[in-house]
Amino acid sequence: MSDQAPSEVTVTVNGTEIEAQPGEMLIAATDRAGIHIPRFCYHERMSSVGMCRMCLVDVDTGRGPMLQPSCMVPVADGMVVDTESDDTKRAQEGILEFLLVNHPLDCPVCDKGGECPLQDQTIAYGPGESRFVEEKRHFEKPIPISDLVHLDRERCILCDRCTRFADEIAGDPLIQFTERGNSTQVLTFPDEPFSSYFSGNTVQICPVGALTAAPYRFKARPWDLEETESTCTTCSMGCRISVQSSRNELVRYLGVDVESVNHGWLCDKGRFNFEAINSDERLTVPLVRDQENQRQLLGTDWGSALAAAAEAIGQAGPQGVGIIGGSRLTNEDAYAWSKMARSVIGTDNIDAQLDDGLPAELVLGLPPATIADACEADTVLIVGPDLKEELAILHLRLRGAATRGRTKVVQIGPTATGSESYAQHSIRCQAGEAAKTLTELLSSSDPLAQQLRDGSVVTILGRASMAESADPAISVAAVIRAELPHATFLSALRRGNVRGALDMGLAPGFLPGRVRIDNPSQALLQKWTDIPKEQGLGTTEMLQAAAAGKIETLVLLGADPLCDFPDRNLAAEAIQKVKTVVAIDNFVTSSVAQADIVLPATAYGEQNGTTTNIEGRVSRVIQKITPPGSTRDDWMIATELAWRLGGDLGLTSKDEIWREIEQVAPSHTGITLERVTSDETHEGILVQQSSIDLTLPIPQDTPIADGYGLRLISGRKLWDGATATAHSPSLQHLAEPPTLKVHPNDLQRLGIPSGSEVRVISTRATENLTAVADSNIQRGTAVLPFNQPGGGANRFIDATATINDIRIETL
Amino acid sequence: MKFFTDENLLLAEEIIGRYPKPRSAMIPLLHLAQEQEGWVTDEAMAEIAELVGTTSAEVLGTCSFYEMFKRHPVGKYVINICTTMSCALMGAGDLMKHAELRLGVKSGSTTADGMFTLEGAECQAACTEAPCLQVNYRHQYKVTANQFDALVEELGSSDHEVPEHGVLSQVRQHIPEDRFVGVVPPEDVTTAPVWLNDNGSDQ
Repeated sequence: MSDQAPSEVTVTVNGTEIEAQPGEMLIAATDRAGIHIPRFCYHERMSSVGMCRMCLVDVDTGRGPMLQPSCMVPVADGMVVDTESDDTKRAQEGILEFLLVNHPLDCPVCDKGGECPLQDQTIAYGPGESRFVEEKRHFEKPIPISDLVHLDRERCILCDRCTRFADEIAGDPLIQFTERGNSTQVLTFPDEPFSSYFSGNTVQICPVGALTAAPYRFKARPWDLEETESTCTTCSMGCRISVQSSRNELVRYLGVDVESVNHGWLCDKGRFNFEAINSDERLTVPLVRDQENQRQLLGTDWGSALAAAAEAIGQAGPQGVGIIGGSRLTNEDAYAWSKMARSVIGTDNIDAQLDDGLPAELVLGLPPATIADACEADTVLIVGPDLKEELAILHLRLRGAATRGRTKVVQIGPTATGSESYAQHSIRCQAGEAAKTLTELLSSSDPLAQQLRDGSVVTILGRASMAESADPAISVAAVIRAELPHATFLSALRRGNVRGALDMGLAPGFLPGRVRIDNPSQALLQKWTDIPKEQGLGTTEMLQAAAAGKIETLVLLGADPLCDFPDRNLAAEAIQKVKTVVAIDNFVTSSVAQADIVLPATAYGEQNGTTTNIEGRVSRVIQKITPPGSTRDDWMIATELAWRLGGDLGLTSKDEIWREIEQVAPSHTGITLERVTSDETHEGILVQQSSIDLTLPIPQDTPIADGYGLRLISGRKLWDGATATAHSPSLQHLAEPPTLKVHPNDLQRLGIPSGSEVRVISTRATENLTAVADSNIQRGTAVLPFNQPGGGANRFIDATATINDIRIETL
Repeated sequence: MKFFTDENLLLAEEIIGRYPKPRSAMIPLLHLAQEQEGWVTDEAMAEIAELVGTTSAEVLGTCSFYEMFKRHPVGKYVINICTTMSCALMGAGDLMKHAELRLGVKSGSTTADGMFTLEGAECQAACTEAPCLQVNYRHQYKVTANQFDALVEELGSSDHEVPEHGVLSQVRQHIPEDRFVGVVPPEDVTTAPVWLNDNGSDQ
């Protein structure tokens, strides 16, 4: 061993000296130096395999120049490289001629034509003609390898990018090279499709047109596309994407590689749900319920709809209004609604979360961690939902950190999750008792306890199940704060801009800038006329008050409590009891269908603004297309309503709103409009830590289950009944109908064969469901996905209970 | 659905136990599957995937790489006639033609009674004995048309020693358990070879 490895080596490329990191591959060093070497198989986020040989260059390490694949040769001090030598050019011509031996020249009908690395590099480095006159290889033209991806094996050049991605990055090795020699082809196992949540990435990284995405096939030619860089708001991860449109219609999203967030990857849900925005089912005109004739929702003009909404809000009075939702909104829209509720209506009954996440004070008050912190930590402790289902790209990042980095992932939860394959330890606890399990672990002599105490720890904290209240998660936070004071937290909240909504004060008791309502800044007091003194109600309390007749007007700000609130019965009762429901949305969801006044809002891709991801990173979303019909931005609706209520928000544009946010929100000070809109900060700007003090309650024991019942565990799936999925034709059928999973012994005890219909009884409902035996489920528990089409778990859940039990019976 | 017989399942578990990582047992298990059925069925690959903890696609990828794992039913006896240079010069073409006429099937297919599969093959490393062929991978040297007919005759009778296709050996080798490497607990690995290392190329 040498005493000290050099921190940098010098390589001469085409006569110029460049600096390189020891150990890195030559192609990575030349890329950084801006010297382009053609390639097909090399991808900077995956391991090098040297499959395609396109990156052959002349390398001289003292023994004379010889051709070496630059993706497989680590740099060495004094290396002399020529990427433009005659030998290199002959090699490039030879490789391209060879790759084109079997590649059909069907570029005019190929989706990749115009943005195809093979096409481009053939023009730049190819021989111009081929000596191959024989018949090319033939395969059946595109075969679907999953519902979303088609494979044309004739076009494939066997670069191993898709198969490597599936194995290395996604961890779903469902596509493989099969056969060998001239018959080598990428295939799935018969009847086992490439049903990975990340399959769309293979289409993006395919260097030819072999893999094409079903939603984009034959939709547009690349030279017809207009693109803009934006941020995905499907979940709260905030992946950077390129939004591409053609003739005022969104046709494709591509992942943009940013180091801090998504590394260029996207989940299929985020990648393909643009179809919903183009949907014909979008709301385009305001609707008002006809008071006489059959009480239908009828189209009307904005003036009458806004007047009716303002009248309903005005008549109800500050305490009689409740505003639920706001995670769909951009930060600017959320700020306008926050100001509108406090300053004009005078109510603090506003909550962006549907009591399906964590209390705002927890999210804002726990010591924060970034995604990068998690991927560099010694230990990541996951106590929360199945990240693969809820925050798929966070799952991908953690998987990468665990399999290719040194991070150890430890998870504590009641069910099997997608993280188990890369977790160092997967500790099963009783539902709702993660805090107890964690306390026991930390007081034991287990080496894991030492690992948690000694090393850096990032906790990913969330609700493990929608059938339990936030209390178990709060208890976990309390244990970690007490026992592992060095641990930092990342909140596993799922909704698009939920973090931004909380930052803007869409939570009872909080004002913009992560400050409590009793502690407003001077700057805020200058801009806001009046602020309620008392903390208002959260979603559950609002719905309870509505059901009790104390709230007259309910405003649904892109919220669908009938589907997304854990307790459907309470939501239904509330919506039925209140005098007026005002819904501001993109679609007629089940809750919107019950509303009295419906105001159509612009959707993603139709509005500018900023969004904040789970780690508090503010990045821009950009308008790409013109909104349909007469839809309006949410902030405009707020200002219009404010004016009709006799107030004035004093906001006339999104830029102006951001300037006001920057002034009044202490956490956002210094994040000026210029910084937010500059291209240099395209990765986003991390918002400063908050300074709210947080007192955590002493952990309470979860009630014990009775011997006859099964403890209900309900998590979300990536493919579920979510509005955007349900309105995307390519995605909607991917959501499976709900099945109740129970341990085989529990089913046997009741004499129920697996796959049969059972009666499910909870304190809230009695309904029939299919029960399936699954030995991965703990005894005494039952797992039912939360929001699958055809009925979710919310029918059975009592939102006021810490934890919910069900009983099952034979029919 | 279960593919392996109870006896073979026990054997499969024994084979898996020999290796530090279950996945290493994939090829031995493919042999076992081929031995049981004469060829490797899709069900076998799916079950092997489950046994070694990987996806069926990965087993298919490995299995299809190897010419000698058959993924379609083959005859009891697979006859491979070498068609590479030395044998071709010494009359392999004529021998193949004769074999096709004698068996009544084209090269690459199986007789209707399921007895024989006739295939052309690449060099079998017996160039001094050209033309040569293999019956279930057992060599026959300097084969003439008459000898081929006699061979087919002999295989049709019960008086010969060639086991059915898929059987690797008539004597089953058992490795004593104390020689198994078995699963190595991660904390016991001090000087790990790269394929044992979690951060190595084999994740």
